[in-house]
Amino acid sequence: MASFQQFDVEYEMKVDLSQWHPIASSSDLPLRHVYQGQLWGRELAVWRADDGHINVWENRCLHRGVRLSIGLNEGSELRCLYHGWRYANRTAGCTYIPAHPADAPARTICNNTYRCVEAHGLVWSAIAPESSFEEQGVLEGLEPLALRPIPIAAPLHLVQKLAPDYPFGTLTHRDDTSLTLQYGQAKLHLFLQPVDAGKTTMRGLLTPAPVDSVAALLHHNATMTALRGEIELAATRLDPPTAIDVKFAPVAKGLARMPDIDNAGPKVELRAKVARKWQVAEQVMAFRLEALSGQFPTFQPGAHIDVNLPNGMSRQYSLTNGPGETDHYTIGVKRDIASRGGSTCLHDDVQEGDVLAISAPHNNFPLRRDAVKTILIAGGIGITPLLSMAKTLNAQELPFELHIFAQSKDDLAFSNILHDLVASTIPHMGLTPQATCDVIAGVLANYTPAQHVYICGPGAMLEATRELATKATWPDEAVHFEYFKNTHEIAYNTTFEIALSRSALTLQVPAGKTILQVLRDNGIEAPSSCEQGACGTCLMTVIEGEPDHQDVYLSTTERAANQKIITCVSRSKSNRLVLDI
Amino acid sequence: MTRYCDDPVILNQWHPLSSFDEIVVGQMHSTVLLGCSISYQLTAQGSLSVWLCNDVNFSLPLKRAYGFLWTSLGTPPDEIFAVEELDETDRQNVATGVFGVNVSFGRAIENFLDMGHFPFVHKGILGEEPHTEVKEYDVEVSESRDEIIATRCRFYQPQASLASEGGADVDYVFRVPHINCALLYKSSPGYEAEGRMDVIYMFLQPMGPEWTRAHTGMCVIDSKNSYQGIRYFQQVIFGQDKSILENQFPKRLPLDSRAETPIRADKSAISYRRWLTKKGLTYGVIPAI
Repeated sequence: MASFQQFDVEYEMKVDLSQWHPIASSSDLPLRHVYQGQLWGRELAVWRADDGHINVWENRCLHRGVRLSIGLNEGSELRCLYHGWRYANRTAGCTYIPAHPADAPARTICNNTYRCVEAHGLVWSAIAPESSFEEQGVLEGLEPLALRPIPIAAPLHLVQKLAPDYPFGTLTHRDDTSLTLQYGQAKLHLFLQPVDAGKTTMRGLLTPAPVDSVAALLHHNATMTALRGEIELAATRLDPPTAIDVKFAPVAKGLARMPDIDNAGPKVELRAKVARKWQVAEQVMAFRLEALSGQFPTFQPGAHIDVNLPNGMSRQYSLTNGPGETDHYTIGVKRDIASRGGSTCLHDDVQEGDVLAISAPHNNFPLRRDAVKTILIAGGIGITPLLSMAKTLNAQELPFELHIFAQSKDDLAFSNILHDLVASTIPHMGLTPQATCDVIAGVLANYTPAQHVYICGPGAMLEATRELATKATWPDEAVHFEYFKNTHEIAYNTTFEIALSRSALTLQVPAGKTILQVLRDNGIEAPSSCEQGACGTCLMTVIEGEPDHQDVYLSTTERAANQKIITCVSRSKSNRLVLDI
Repeated sequence: MTRYCDDPVILNQWHPLSSFDEIVVGQMHSTVLLGCSISYQLTAQGSLSVWLCNDVNFSLPLKRAYGFLWTSLGTPPDEIFAVEELDETDRQNVATGVFGVNVSFGRAIENFLDMGHFPFVHKGILGEEPHTEVKEYDVEVSESRDEIIATRCRFYQPQASLASEGGADVDYVFRVPHINCALLYKSSPGYEAEGRMDVIYMFLQPMGPEWTRAHTGMCVIDSKNSYQGIRYFQQVIFGQDKSILENQFPKRLPLDSRAETPIRADKSAISYRRWLTKKGLTYGVIPAI
C-alpha cells in the first residue's frame, strides 16, 4: 500500500509492439484445446497441434470473422465452427472449404499468425517483433515452477510501478516488462503481459522449483491476489485508459472478390533441402524436403510440386503428406528406366543435404470431402497422391476404401504409412491386367449418388478404370483421375489461329508449335507444369471454336462440351479458336 | 461510441417493436431502438401509441403490419415492404419468439441468408455432413422493389419432410426487402406440387449498432405442428446461431470488400453489403472507405 501514497504518473502508457511477452502457460494448451489469449488488445487463438507445434493466430477466421478460439483443434488442423473451413497447423493456410467441395482453395487464403516460442513453462509471443526471442539469461538451463497467472484490471505502466512491492526479498532486476525478486537462493521472476489498455497479466516463475510445489503455488497465489487488489484500487484513481486501436489487416486484393477456380500455375520459387532420402519399396525412393528458410506454403491432398533437377529437367511429383504435416514435403519417386532421365537423376545423383528448386504445390486433383463413400484406386507409384487423400479422410473419419494394385509386397510403397490406414486399405497383389479389371469392376459395381472415385496409376489402368466406371453408371463428375503422363501420340501438324478475347490479340499457331509456346513467344505469361497434357495446369476457357483435344486431363463430358482446352498439347479442329485470356 | 443515431438511412425506416401476441393490453411496454428509449401501449379501448420515453409529449409514427407493431424515429415511407403470402387467408402466421443478440443487425441478416453453415451449426436439423456443398444459385437486386432476391437455392436437409425418411435437397428463396428484415421461402411438405412455400421471417430491431433484437415468425399453409412445436424449433435454431453471431469480429458488418474473404456461396451476402453501401448506411456497419 506504501507505494500508492507516493504514486505519481511517471509512467505513461506506451504501446511497444516489438517486445516479446508471455501469453500463456504451457499447461494452458492441453491436447486438442484452443486457448484464447490477448496481447496489446489483439485477441489470439493459441493451440498446440498433435506434433507439438504451437500456433498463435489472430483470433478471427478470415471468412466471416468468427473467433477461432471457439473452433475445433483436430490435432493437425483447426476447424472454424461456422462453416467448417480448415486451417493447417503451422502455415495457417486454408486447406478446405466445405461449401465448395470440388474446388481447391486458393492457397493464399491464410490466417494472420504471430511468432511464438515455448520456454520455461510459458508460451511467448510478440505482435511485431524486431528480433528473435531471447531466452531470459537468468533462467538458462533452469526448470522453473510456473505460478498461477494473475489477471489485473490495471494498465501495464501501473503494474510496472507497483509490482516491486511484492513481498519477496529484494528487487535485483527490473526492466519494462519484467522484474526479479530474490529471497535467499530463491528467485521470483515476474513477467508482465499487456493484455489490453486497462488489463495486465502477471506471470511468475520461481527458481529453483521448490520441493513442495503445491505449498508454493498456494502461497504465491494468495500473496499475488492481495497485490492485485492493491494495484486495482490504485487503478481506480487513474483516468480510464484509452482503448488500444486494433485494426484488422485487409485481405489480399485477389481474395476480396469471389475468384474463379484458382488457375495460377506453379512457378519454381522455393528452395528445398533434401533432409532425408530413403527406400520405401523396390525401385522407389522417398524424399523428405524441408524449407531452407521460413516454411513451405499450404498444400491440399492431391497436390503436386514441380521439382527442378540438377540435370536441368523438371518433373511433377505428388505430395504424400497428411493434414497438418506442414514442416516438410514428402514425395515418392519410382525409377523408370524407360523415362527421359528424371527419376534416374533423383535416384542416382540427388543426395541428402542437396538443395533443389521446387514450385509451390498446385492442386489439379482436389479431394471432395462431401462424399458418402470415397473409393481410392492406386496402381503402383500412383499411391502417392492417394496416400495424402487417405490420411485426410482417415483423420476426418470419413468412410473410404483404398485399393492398391502392385506386383508384390516388395513393390508396395510407404507400407509403414499404410499400416496406420490398415482398416480401410485393400491390397491386390500380382494380378494380370484382366484380373485387375475384374477386381475394379467389382469395386465399382454398386454406384449410388454421392460416391466418388479417385484413380492414379499407369495410363492403361486409368483408361480401363474410366471405362468400367462409365459402364457401371458412374457419372463423369464422380470419377477423378490423375495420369502420370500422357502416353497418347500427339499430333502437332495442324495450323490455326487463336484469338485472345481479353487482350484483343490474334496469333497464328504454326505446325510444330503448341498454343502455349505461341503465347509465350508473344510475351504472354501462361502457367504450365507437365507440358504433356496430363496435369491440367495450363487449362484455358474456350469461348468459340472446336478444340482438338489431345490431353488426358479433361473428362469425356468436358471434352464434349468444348469449353476447356489444355493448351500445352491440344490444338484446334476449327480454323479459329477464341480463348478467354 | 455514439449513443444516438444520426444516420438518416436507418432513422427513416420502419422498425419492428413487438408482435401483437406479446403486447399486454393496458400495460406500458418499454424497449430501445437505435439507442433511444421508447414506450408503447395498447389501451383496453384499442388505442395504440408509441412515444420517446424521455419526452412523453413526443409521439412517434406507428404502423400495424404482419402481426407486428412498427415505428420510426425519422420520416418513414408510407408503405412497408409487401409480402403477399402473409396476407393469404389459408395461412397461419405465428410469431415464434424474440431473441436478443449482441451483434449488429447486418451480421444477423447475413446469417439468415447463409446456407453454408447449416451442416455445422444446425447439424442434423437443417444440414448434415458430408452434404456441405452450396450449389450455384442466383441473386439479383430487384429494381422495381428495391430488394435482394436469391433464387434457385437448394440445400441438403437430413429429414427433408415428415413423410420422407431420408435426406433430400430442399428449395429455398431468400428475400431482403428492408435493411434489417429478411424472409425465406421453403418448400412446404404436401404443397410442393402447387409450388407454394412456407415463409419464415426475421424482423430485426436495431437497439444499438452492436445490439439487436430478432423478432421471428413463420407463416405456414397447413401446420401439422403445434404452435408450441414451431416455437420450440425456432428457439433451437436461433440458439445455435446466437453463439456464433456473438463471436463474430468486428461486431459491426464490414462493408469494405477487403475486410473478409467471400466465396461463391456468399453471393447473397456480397449483394447485401453492396446494397447497403449504395444506400449510404453508416449505422451498425463499418463503411467501405
